[in-house]
Amino acid sequence: MQSFMFILLTIVTLFSALMVVTRKNPVASILYLVLVFFCFAGFYVMLGAQFLAAIQIIVYAGAIMVLFLFVVMLLNLRDMDNVEGKPNAWQNLGIFAGIGMGLVILAYLSGSPGMSIAPVGNNPEVYAMGSAKYLGKALFMDFVLPFEIAGVLLLAAVVGAVALAKKKRA
Amino acid sequence: MMEITLSHYLLLSAVIFTIGVVGVLTRRNILIIMMSVELMLNSANLTLIAFSHYLQNIDGMIFVFFTMTVAAAEVGVGLAIVMTIFRNKETLDVANLNILRN
Repeated sequence: MQSFMFILLTIVTLFSALMVVTRKNPVASILYLVLVFFCFAGFYVMLGAQFLAAIQIIVYAGAIMVLFLFVVMLLNLRDMDNVEGKPNAWQNLGIFAGIGMGLVILAYLSGSPGMSIAPVGNNPEVYAMGSAKYLGKALFMDFVLPFEIAGVLLLAAVVGAVALAKKKRA
Repeated sequence: MMEITLSHYLLLSAVIFTIGVVGVLTRRNILIIMMSVELMLNSANLTLIAFSHYLQNIDGMIFVFFTMTVAAAEVGVGLAIVMTIFRNKETLDVANLNILRN
């Protein structure tokens, strides 16, 4: 059952990821990216990270993608179709660089042993590890300083975004 | 049915990371470049969670938590910059964004 779900999610994820990169219309890319994020949430559940799966859907599929959609909507993209002109030399080079990188990763991983990963359902302790209780304990005890720094980072991002998006008084 | 191992997850996230890299290198629409960066960040997250599950250690999940925070901040500021660029240059094509040249 788990391997069936894995294969299904993998097919959908790879297809949508390719669509994100190849679609001309940014709105289509955004919607395919939402699909990718949902599939990732599925993988997280299969790996016993239920809380992170929920966060993935809320933060990525919910907040970040809505932000992208709003920007596409706010920018008046009537002449969007001709943004992408003919591919120039370095774009073709990029495709070859990507293929080369993929081959290197494949070659590396084909030599690595198939390390067995226990299905989550078999072990209640592993299942509990990804719950909000244990994540919260780790976050507020061992990782409380990074947590606070992340808060400061978000504040800086908010201030920066507002400062950048504000209309300049000319 | 075959057994799903750690290598399957690593391979999947490597492939998705590569798709993201190709997207950044080949596309010229700045919005789609940002989306490809998101793909790459997510594939790294998948690797972290797979190892976290494999090693039975919660630290990887905490890292994913912070990666998501940073990604949210990056998207917020990045899209604000995109809007400012579009307001000034009326284009999203990165080939036209060479105002810092010379």
